[in-house]
Amino acid sequence: MSFVQYLISGLSLGSVYALIALGYTMVYGIAKMLNFAHGDVIMIGAFTTYTVCSTMGLPTAAGVLAAAVLCTLLGVCIEKVAYKPLRKAASPLAVLITAIGVSYLLQNIALLIFGTNTKAFASVVSLDAIKLADGQITFTGETIVTIIACIVIMAGLMLFIKKTKAGQAMLAVSEDKGAAQLMGINVNGTIALTFAIGSALAAIAGVLLCSSYPSLNPYTGSMPGIKAFVAAVFGGIGSIPGAFIGGILLGIIEIFAKAYISSQMADAIVFAILIVILLIRPTGLFGRNIQEKV
Amino acid sequence: MKKFKKFACVAMASAMVFAMAGCGSDGSGNGSGSADATSFKIGGTGPLTGGAAAYGQAVQNAAQLAVDEINANGGVNGYTLELNYQDDEHNAEKAVNAYNTLKDWGVQIVLGSVTSAPCIAVGDKTKDDNIFQLTPSGTAVDCTKFDNAFRVCFSDPAQGTVSAQYIGENNLATKVAIIYDSSDPYSSGIYENFAKEAENYSFEIVSAEAFTEDSKTDFSVQLQKTKDSGADMVFLPIYYSEAALILTQANGMGFSTTFFGVDGMDGILSGVDNFDASLAEGVMFLTPFASTSTETNIVNFVSAYEEKFGETPNQFAADAYDGVYIIKELIEKSGVKPTDDVSTICNGFKEAISNGYSFDGLTGKGITWSADGEPNKAPSVVIIKDGVYQQL
Repeated sequence: MSFVQYLISGLSLGSVYALIALGYTMVYGIAKMLNFAHGDVIMIGAFTTYTVCSTMGLPTAAGVLAAAVLCTLLGVCIEKVAYKPLRKAASPLAVLITAIGVSYLLQNIALLIFGTNTKAFASVVSLDAIKLADGQITFTGETIVTIIACIVIMAGLMLFIKKTKAGQAMLAVSEDKGAAQLMGINVNGTIALTFAIGSALAAIAGVLLCSSYPSLNPYTGSMPGIKAFVAAVFGGIGSIPGAFIGGILLGIIEIFAKAYISSQMADAIVFAILIVILLIRPTGLFGRNIQEKV
Repeated sequence: MKKFKKFACVAMASAMVFAMAGCGSDGSGNGSGSADATSFKIGGTGPLTGGAAAYGQAVQNAAQLAVDEINANGGVNGYTLELNYQDDEHNAEKAVNAYNTLKDWGVQIVLGSVTSAPCIAVGDKTKDDNIFQLTPSGTAVDCTKFDNAFRVCFSDPAQGTVSAQYIGENNLATKVAIIYDSSDPYSSGIYENFAKEAENYSFEIVSAEAFTEDSKTDFSVQLQKTKDSGADMVFLPIYYSEAALILTQANGMGFSTTFFGVDGMDGILSGVDNFDASLAEGVMFLTPFASTSTETNIVNFVSAYEEKFGETPNQFAADAYDGVYIIKELIEKSGVKPTDDVSTICNGFKEAISNGYSFDGLTGKGITWSADGEPNKAPSVVIIKDGVYQQL
């Protein structure tokens, strides 16, 4: 019986990782850059909802909407100020380091505004938990909503990229920026749109992350951000279904490692498995193996 | 200035006398720039600003309160006490600088430091200078590793030992589960000593689950294992931020049991913004001091502190208040004078504190010290009832 409960816990944790990983993988897949500030945009999203709902007492929907709008603006803004000027830099490392800088900047701004005290985040999900087998197995409302949100967002993203003009433009930019520009695609606009969508996803991920694990402080986003990045690499970075499967698997592996091997060693085991998988499949589970033509 | 001139004259004169008589200096007056014959200089460092400022300010306020009381009641053996607190921002390097400032001022007895890391750094210096050091609240083992250092509070491992004793002696539980932070020496130190001491009692440890700094938001597995182990009490040697999350998640999965914490649990009611404090009902924890106690000395202290500083004193304040009174009694017992050099005072205190000395204060009755600097006192436990701490 506890096996089933652990599986559910794993799904719950995994769906949060998957949701964050979708944002990571989307930005990487199209802009070809690792946005290490993604985890901190999540934190800003959660703080926005906390401020709107718990401090100002407005309804949940307003809080989630405010988070999505603010994070979208923030994402576009970060891209314009910090990443775009460096896109032509000689080394792709420059923009990577800037992303780390932005990450610390966001954390410290949150520290200044909200202080170090941890805040208990009030869940935005009002769905009741489903209890099975005499209450021995609990499916919390947050888990159900997160999994559904994940599937809907994944499907939506795939449709968007396949069926819309903007989506096709993104695909073109990801293949070859120069050629895309020659075809009359607004490369900068497309990348900005990518960041806007990625950051809106981050806001939703932040709200659901903190609903499931209701502890909010300026460092809330950083560790889930790193784990989600691992999940994205695990599934094959750039691949949208890969991020979903990678996130879910990572969550389940982590919970099972904690439950059946050792709660102290869980993280070490998770990362060891990652190394093994990358040794066998260097591009991740769903990654495409593109051969460079010389 | 006038005083200094006079002092300088005397010093010059005596130096000339010594020189003419061909005597060597005996090094008296070492470490105190201006030996003021009428008062003892007590100094300490603590975080008066920064993230841990609440602790440092509480210690400074309460120590000042105690010093003012003692001076108003005629002082100690006819001498008064002087207090000087310097800010260390809970930083070991700044603490050493702050200690040097205190030495320039002529500190004779150190009541500090407030937090562990600065306390260890200052401890290395007081050892070299042989100044008596009494930390009100430095809980790390190394805070008292030298023989000139003592503490008022329990050390980290001692909290584990006395928690096990308390649970065992009062038959609070038969099956105890533990959830601790394996990446934090404070938490794992308490856990190890708790487990060791538990062997002497009839209760059984049915599970011990860990979490780390990097994964301290999801406790579903630890709680599920705890629930499956059939524990009737969960021991949480962790800080209140994580404890609040554990209480919330346990409630979410319909797991109700008794939680028992240590001093890190202090703050659970107000330390986490927006936390549903009703979840903390029935939580017990080890604390040296409960401001809601009805004992006369505590009631008097709490009302005096509230009147002067406008807030309820915490355990750090109580530790510091006791610390000043311990120093007062040690002065009386050892008979040292402000004109003695710091080594004489230190040796006098060391002799006095470990030879049958016992102290009654806010944080315990009949407290005695062993030569290794650790206090022996009965643990005091509070339970949260109707949103306030109540002494058990």
